[in-house]
Amino acid sequence: MKKILTLFYTFFKIGMFTFGGGYAMIALLKNEFTVRKQWLTEDEFLDMVSIAESTPGPVSINSATYIGLRTAGVPGALTATTAVCIPSILSIYLISLYFDRFLSITYIQYALDGIQACVIYLIFSASFSMLKGIVKDRFYIIILAAVSIGILACSLMAVPVSMALCILACGMAGVLKYILFEKEASEK
Amino acid sequence: MICLQLFLRFFQIGALSFGGGYGMISLIRETVLGNNWLTEKEFAAFIAVSESTPGPLAINMAVFIGTSQGGIPGALLASLGVVLPALLIILLITSTLNRLLKYAGIKAFLTAIRPCSAALVLTTAVSMALNTFFGIKNIRDSLQPCYPPVFIFLILVSLGIIYKRKKGRAPSPILMILLSAVLGLASCPFTAGSCIIIK
Repeated sequence: MKKILTLFYTFFKIGMFTFGGGYAMIALLKNEFTVRKQWLTEDEFLDMVSIAESTPGPVSINSATYIGLRTAGVPGALTATTAVCIPSILSIYLISLYFDRFLSITYIQYALDGIQACVIYLIFSASFSMLKGIVKDRFYIIILAAVSIGILACSLMAVPVSMALCILACGMAGVLKYILFEKEASEK
Repeated sequence: MICLQLFLRFFQIGALSFGGGYGMISLIRETVLGNNWLTEKEFAAFIAVSESTPGPLAINMAVFIGTSQGGIPGALLASLGVVLPALLIILLITSTLNRLLKYAGIKAFLTAIRPCSAALVLTTAVSMALNTFFGIKNIRDSLQPCYPPVFIFLILVSLGIIYKRKKGRAPSPILMILLSAVLGLASCPFTAGSCIIIK
């Protein structure tokens, strides 16, 4: 029970004081759980990061669930995940109550012209750091180019495409490539 | 009804987004613009607010869009939707399917998704840039350049590069957002009337 309370408190704190999403959180989590509390070893923590990154969903939620589960079972997982979400839910809910009125102020409109440019900059830089993490292999580069050009062309032509299907199709292409080419190679 | 739709859409987003908060931006933009829940400008404001408030980006955006479309129940269902796939997958992986991730077929699936997610984030940035800077949503639109945001964008990019050279890491997003807000205000004598296209 004490462990669950500590989990709640720690993840609540982490949810409240990290800005900018999952990766900012990882440094804090590492310090909290491997150095201060020593609930996880360094190796376990690295395992956790690689699992959180390779599974779908927000990295912060994945790590909260994983650490909660490791330290206090399923109740721990639920507690940690809920705790990390609560600060967001409260603060964003309060902001959104006044958001429309706030947006309609003329000066805010001007500031938003600048902020819009900044958001585009932030998304570009996020995409560049994602690009760095891609395996440099002809197959993956082809996927990258095909998806970029295809989706951009479709959105310019106003042809609706489902991005969800696109993601699944790329995954299937990866599996197909594995079955056709790599499986035999690894069996030989 | 809207609540159910929010839950299902965010469940899908949570299940298919890889690589942190920005990995889901393409899916979220597709959803909110496609359903006419938000305009491009409101969407950008949402991202700026999610980035400058504490907590995971994904949850912030789910709560924001949930509240704007369906009040408190909307906010709760959207965040539940975005969290649930992650929660279930991690529970499964660590309990029974620990070896699943090491299975080569699954690995091939996950590795092939990475370039696709990166490409989707990139195209999201490109189409937002085309829309904001040049007023182009699709090929039939005529070019309506809007210079102030372009200049602000170039200033931010150069500052970002200089900062990275000097300090070895990217500047804090919040700092960049504040700076861009100031630049936006400073450019208001020039913008007046010229960029009404950015909606």
